[in-house]
Amino acid sequence: MEAALGLMRRMPPSLSRTALSSLLLLLPDHSSELLSLVDQPLEVLWDEGCGKQFLLCDYNRDGDSHRSPWSNTYHPPLEDGVLPPAHLRDLEVEANEIFALYRDQYYEGGISSVYLWETDSPEGFAACFLIKKDGSRTGEGRRGLLEQGLWDAIHVIEVEKANDETTAHYCLTSTVMLSMKSATGFQGSFDLSGSITRQMEADLSLSEGHLSNMGRMIEDMESKLRNGLDQVYFGKTREMVFTLREPLDTLTATSATGQSIQHEVINDIVRSRT
Amino acid sequence: MDPTGPVGEELSDEQKIRIAKWFLLNSPPGEIQYVAKDLQGVLSNDVIYQAAAREAFPIHNKEQLLSVEMSDGSGHVLVCQYGEISINHFIELRTAQVATINHIKQVCTGVRLATDSELPSTYPEGYRSAIDSEVMRYVEEAFPAGHCAVYVTKGKDVDDSGCFELTIVISSAKLSPKNFCNGRWRSIWVAQFDNGLRTVELKGHIKISAHYFEDGNVQLDTVYDDKESTILQGPSETASAVVTIIQNFESAYLACLEDCYSKLSDNTFKELRRKLPITRTLFPWHTARQLSMNRELTREMSNK
Repeated sequence: MEAALGLMRRMPPSLSRTALSSLLLLLPDHSSELLSLVDQPLEVLWDEGCGKQFLLCDYNRDGDSHRSPWSNTYHPPLEDGVLPPAHLRDLEVEANEIFALYRDQYYEGGISSVYLWETDSPEGFAACFLIKKDGSRTGEGRRGLLEQGLWDAIHVIEVEKANDETTAHYCLTSTVMLSMKSATGFQGSFDLSGSITRQMEADLSLSEGHLSNMGRMIEDMESKLRNGLDQVYFGKTREMVFTLREPLDTLTATSATGQSIQHEVINDIVRSRT
Repeated sequence: MDPTGPVGEELSDEQKIRIAKWFLLNSPPGEIQYVAKDLQGVLSNDVIYQAAAREAFPIHNKEQLLSVEMSDGSGHVLVCQYGEISINHFIELRTAQVATINHIKQVCTGVRLATDSELPSTYPEGYRSAIDSEVMRYVEEAFPAGHCAVYVTKGKDVDDSGCFELTIVISSAKLSPKNFCNGRWRSIWVAQFDNGLRTVELKGHIKISAHYFEDGNVQLDTVYDDKESTILQGPSETASAVVTIIQNFESAYLACLEDCYSKLSDNTFKELRRKLPITRTLFPWHTARQLSMNRELTREMSNK
């Protein structure tokens, strides 16, 4: 298992789907463990009744069917598919509505789904917030800068009521996977792809409800992940490029090299005249 | 390409070898030994691993333009298709030697002098060695860990009226697994020498790969092709013209990448997710329920 995860950490993130399906073939006995430990780009299904798309993950799957958060029905149809208890379903409906607003403000498009389920801890539950965005020029990219641009975010939160009844304990695990391919203006391509996972825990007052607490944690985490990818991870690859090949001084009248040549030429002229 | 093929009940050894090869071939720069180790753990079958490694390592090493120190300490030899004499023998023209390469260990195990028939004739060699010195000068200046070689890839035995082709290879790797980052620059320039037209046509192919993997996995891959030509003169004039072209193109490409990176944070990344909503304030979770109801209301009103 350790070796399999090691391989996933080294294979190009843009090929992670192929890498995982290969590992599943080599290690059929570890398939459920692999599927739960390795995050994959999210798949989409169409809920015809509601005219809306929803995202698939292990938490809305029963057999080969997936439950839509919009209609609470399984696709393809499944009799006796597992449903969340009524009080969680109410929260789930509200979470999906509000998370769609949040998604619209940050992503200017995309698809989101939220799923809730019961856990073993008394009065506790868990939730999974999913977002997928295709930012390519043929997708929902507003500025037409990307040939290909995919963002998948998976946030899983476990919630436990504290003893004092007024606060709850939240444990958030988030993964972001992205791949960007932009045209460089030259006859070339520029591909960046990656995935990172982070955890965050907090004890929060219940005065504004679970949804606000979970939402703020996710918003904070997404900003941190985006910033980390942008500043640290992309920054490191940039640093690498300029370590491999140093940007040489271009020869212009104002550059250091240009100036020193100018001096030499002037000195030569002065010398030849004296 | 999907190495898995149709899903069967039990994988044949052949399918397992194909999958193992796929992992090895997709190793980031300088990481094939780590991938190999993990792969051995996953396969737990040495026969299958060895079969995959035998096929994958030579391909990977040549694709990566691996530079290996020669066993007699006389310099480096590049493992690449242009200098390939046989699967594990590669020519190094600066010292006129042929190096024996152990692909799986990625080391040179011996060298011998090249035979006359393995070396280019006097006329193309004049140009080859002139360009080699110029490229070495450029690589020393621009690539802190760079290695380069120039090969006669066509018309090796022509006399001074014939046409021939030189291939210039530059490979520069920075491997620091302790700092969780590895990267490689590869450029291949093919120069066609046409004695009738008195021209040299240059075609360049540059590839950069970078991998950063501290608590994550982020990879950069860029490819860039271009071409240019110059007039055919004597060896030293031609060498200087050719290497000036290469140097200028590679500098311009680097500037172009810098431009890509500078736009990334504020423009390109926004296509995926904004730093903040258009309102420039955090999402109003406390009033979101109200917001959601308002939106429903607006939708209902507009439907009427």
